[in-house]
Amino acid sequence: MTEGPPTVIDDNPGEHSLQLLDNQFLADLRQQMLRFALLQLADHALAEDAVQEALTGALQNARAFGGRAALKTWVFAILKHKIADTLRYKQRVTDASSLLRSEDEEQDFSALFDARGHWPADERPGDWGNPHETVREGQFWRVFEACLDNLPGAQARVFMMREFIELESDEICSAVEISLSNLNVMLYRARMRLRECLDSRWFMEQKSSC
Amino acid sequence: MLNCREATRLLSESQDRPLTLNERMTLKLHLMMCTGCRNFDQQMGSIRQITRLYVQGKQPPEDDSHS
Repeated sequence: MTEGPPTVIDDNPGEHSLQLLDNQFLADLRQQMLRFALLQLADHALAEDAVQEALTGALQNARAFGGRAALKTWVFAILKHKIADTLRYKQRVTDASSLLRSEDEEQDFSALFDARGHWPADERPGDWGNPHETVREGQFWRVFEACLDNLPGAQARVFMMREFIELESDEICSAVEISLSNLNVMLYRARMRLRECLDSRWFMEQKSSC
Repeated sequence: MLNCREATRLLSESQDRPLTLNERMTLKLHLMMCTGCRNFDQQMGSIRQITRLYVQGKQPPEDDSHS
């Protein structure tokens, strides 16, 4: 065994790793991770712990990464596992009553539909085109993050558990102690709200500017 | 016969569980006649794809080659 461990690049640590470890980049990354963890765990100390562990683990091997995108992918993958572990372990992190109490969660979408439950002409969803095209625009992610931030806390939490961490419905139900039908309603509302926000702030804007 | 509100509920749930045969049939019938809900269906798929891309770290490029 004359070769070093495959995950560490020995001979050219200089420029590349310096770029990776740029302070501003790390600060931004940490902020993104923290927001993500906080939404999931609803507990600042737990979120800080998860982020710290994920970041420390990833940075030990930072030099092995080909670039920032790869590093980011990696730390978020680690973070997702940390969060999933924490959620499974501490099932009472978020109590159901606080999850369902907030008034903001109560808004229903009957107003979106007409009396017969159909789309009014001006609310009818249009064609969004290919999402892979959409995400090439750097600006899009800013809108996406703003729309995520707009979701009421509990909706954001279950939505992210489902779509970011890819937990199954029954896992989410037991983690936050809500019924399946409650979960379905919350996911529906989160998706409706996110859809509406992306539609009005991005897709319609794009159309009118062409 | 489903209306759009019920159809969107089912389309959301289809992201989380397999629909029953009956649900799939009534939904299909509705989608055949309703462009809005067909687009909504596509958009649900887009939101899932976009979210996955976001999680995979395809966040705003820090380099300025796009701006």
